[in-house]
Amino acid sequence: MGDSTHMPAGRRRTTMTGAEATAEAMRQIHPDVVAAYPITPQTDIVMRFARFVSDGVVQTEFVPVESEHSAISAVLGASAAGARAMTATSGPGFALMHEILYVVAGYRLPVVMPVANRALSGPINIHGDHSDTMGSRDAGWIQIFSENAQEAYDNLIQAVRIAEHPSVRLPVMVTQDGFIITHGMEIVETLADEEVRQFVGTYEPERSLLDVDHPMTVGALALQNSYFELKRQLAEAMAASRRIIADVGEAFGRLSGRYYGLTESYRMEDAELAILALGSTAGTAKVVVDELRARGQKVGLVKVRVFRPFPAAHLRDLLRHVRALAVLDRSDGYAGMGGPVFAEVKAALYGLPQGPVITNYVYGLGGRDITPEMIESVYADLGELARRASKEPERVVAEAALTPHYLGVREPDGALISALGALQLNGER
Amino acid sequence: MPTLKQLARRPNPLTGGHSACAGCGFPQAIRLVLMSIEEPVVVAGATGCMEVTTTTYPNTAWNVPFIHNAFENAAATISGVEAAYKALVRRGKINKPIRFVAFGGDGGTYDIGLQALSGAAERGHRFLYVCYDNQAYMNTGIQRSGATPFGASTTTTPAGEVVPGKQQRRKDMAAIMAAHNIPYVAQTTIAHWQDLTRKVQRAMQVDGPAYLNVLAPCRLGWGTDPAMTIHLCELAADTCAWPLFEVDHGKWKVTYTPKTKLPIEEYLKPQERFRHVFQDSTGGLLAAIQKDVDEQWQALLARAGQT
Repeated sequence: MGDSTHMPAGRRRTTMTGAEATAEAMRQIHPDVVAAYPITPQTDIVMRFARFVSDGVVQTEFVPVESEHSAISAVLGASAAGARAMTATSGPGFALMHEILYVVAGYRLPVVMPVANRALSGPINIHGDHSDTMGSRDAGWIQIFSENAQEAYDNLIQAVRIAEHPSVRLPVMVTQDGFIITHGMEIVETLADEEVRQFVGTYEPERSLLDVDHPMTVGALALQNSYFELKRQLAEAMAASRRIIADVGEAFGRLSGRYYGLTESYRMEDAELAILALGSTAGTAKVVVDELRARGQKVGLVKVRVFRPFPAAHLRDLLRHVRALAVLDRSDGYAGMGGPVFAEVKAALYGLPQGPVITNYVYGLGGRDITPEMIESVYADLGELARRASKEPERVVAEAALTPHYLGVREPDGALISALGALQLNGER
Repeated sequence: MPTLKQLARRPNPLTGGHSACAGCGFPQAIRLVLMSIEEPVVVAGATGCMEVTTTTYPNTAWNVPFIHNAFENAAATISGVEAAYKALVRRGKINKPIRFVAFGGDGGTYDIGLQALSGAAERGHRFLYVCYDNQAYMNTGIQRSGATPFGASTTTTPAGEVVPGKQQRRKDMAAIMAAHNIPYVAQTTIAHWQDLTRKVQRAMQVDGPAYLNVLAPCRLGWGTDPAMTIHLCELAADTCAWPLFEVDHGKWKVTYTPKTKLPIEEYLKPQERFRHVFQDSTGGLLAAIQKDVDEQWQALLARAGQT
C-alpha cells in the first residue's frame, strides 16, 4: 500500500472497521436499490448506508423491509426490474434467505450481498463462524471470503463487476468474519469515488421488467423438459466465472496495486507442511508462518478466497508437493468426518499420484478465538503426521482423513454442555 | 367508467391457452383487474395455480411484464420492483408512468404471505395487491387455508364422523389490511364487474398501497359445475356470505346490498364442499353457518354505519 502523501487524488488511507469499509464501498458503488433488515453483526453496515441515504449522499432507494426473507425477495424484484440491487445479512438472517438465494441464482440476477459470517442457533450465538454461508454453499452464488477490512472493501467492488459480467450473471456474496472483521478497526486504503464508479461501470441489463413495451415473464414454471438445462447452464456460468474472477482481480490490481486471485498462496514455494484456511484466520496464520520460517521450518499457507466456484485445479497445483496439509473449518458439517471445506479439498485432490496427507481442524465455532499458538500447534501436528505417514502411509492417511480435530474446545471438569444447550453441573444441585 | 364493450376492446393482458380449469375464477379476476388499469402495469404473482397454469416454460399467457419469485413473497417482490422504478425514475432512466400489481391466492396472502404483505403495506409502496380468494390451498390439492369458511370440507379438514369440516371462521383479511391504515381496501367478486372495475380504478388513484379481495371460485375445490362460477359469486354476495365493500381512507362502505338477502343454503347447496351440511339431519350445522354469516354481515353494516 502506498504512502498517503503519494496517493492519487481522492484516495484515502484511514482506520475503519470492516463494516465501515463495506458501507463505504456501497456508497461508492452507489446501487439503485438496497433492501435490508437489521441483524448483528451486519447491522453496522446497513445503518451506515442508511445514513448516506438520509443525508442525501446517495440517491439509492432504500427499502427497510420486515425480514431478511423480504430483503432478498425485494432485491430479486429490483434486479429483475433492471436496477443494481444489494442487500446485506448475517447468520440466522442469511438462513432465512436460503430459499430465495436459489431463486436469485436460478434467475441469473447479478445481486451483490455482503455477509457478516455468524453462527447459527441453537443455542443462539451472535459471533462469527462460517456455518451460515456454508449452509447455502450449493445455492448457486459465487462466494468470496475476505481476510480483513481491506479485502472486504476490495472484494465488494470487484463483486459488482464479476456479477454483472455477461458470461457470469450470477449473484455474489462477499463474506467477512462477524465481529472479528466487521467490528475490528484496521487501516484501510479506499479508492477515489470516480475510480470506483469507472471500475464498476453502469449496469445495463439485457432485459428489464420495466420495459413495458417488451413484456417478459420472469420465473416461469420449468418442468422436466427445461429445468435441468437451466440448472446446467447455471453450473456452466459458475465454472466460467473462475476466469472472470481472475480477470477482475487482475484489473483491480492494476488500479489499486492489490491483486486478487481465486486463492492466495503464502510462502508455499517449497512448503512441506501447509494450512488451508478461509477468512480472517488466514491473516493470523501468516504471522505464524513467518515465525516458523524464521526458525527454518518449511511451512506455508493457502488461503481460499473464492469458495464458490471452488478453486480445485489451483489447489491441485499448489498442494501437489506438500507432505501434510491441515484444512481449517470454521463450521462443522456434522458428517462425523469433518467440515465442509475439508470435504471439498479432499475431493479436489483426489487421484493425485502424489499429494499430501490431509487432516481437518474444526475451530472457532460461535466466535471462539483462534490464537497463533493454536496454529503453531497445528503445524507441529503436521510435522508428526508427515513423519508417521512416510512410514505407514495407508493407515495414517485414512486415519487423518476420517478423524477431525476440534481445535480450542474447552471441556471444563465437572461441567458438560447438554444437548439442549443448558449447562448442567455434575454432582450436587 | 368504461362500458363492458369498451373494456372488452382493451388489449388482453392474459391470453387464452393457459391451462387453468374450465370455469376457474382467477383468469377473470386477472383480466378484469388489469383491463381496468389505464397505465402500463408490471405484475408479480405468488406461487399457485395462477402461476403454474399461465407460465409453463417455454410458454407464457402474460402480455404484460410478469414476475414470479416464490409462494410467500409476491408483496416483497413487487416492493423491490416498485423501488427499482422509483430509483430509475430519479436517475432519469425511465420517464413513463407504470403501475404495480401483485396477485396471490388466499394461501399465499392470508397465511404464508401475510408477513411480506403486511410489511409492504406498512412501508407504503404504491401497488395494488389482489387476492384471488378461492378459500383453500387449491393448487396443492384443496387443503384448508386461513380463508376457508366455517363448515367447509377440505382435504385437511374433511367432513367426517366426528368433525364436520373446518371448525374456524375465515380470517378477516380485508379488515386486517384496513388496520394497516393504507389508503384503499376493498372486497368484490368476479361477477360484479362494474364494482370491481370501479374499485381497481380507485386503487390506482390513491398514492400508496391498495388491497383487493376478490372471490374467485375454484370449481374443483368447491365441487361445482364450471358453468356456475359467476352465478356462485352472485349467490355469495346475495346471501351476504361474501359482502362487497370498500374502506377508502379509513371510511367503511358497503357497496352492494342485496334487494332480498337470500338464505345461505342457496349458496351452499350447489357446492360439494358443503354437501355434509345438508346430510346433517339435525340441521344444526346449517343453522350455525347461517348464524355466523348473519353476525358478520351485521358487524360489517355497523362498521360502515349502514345499519
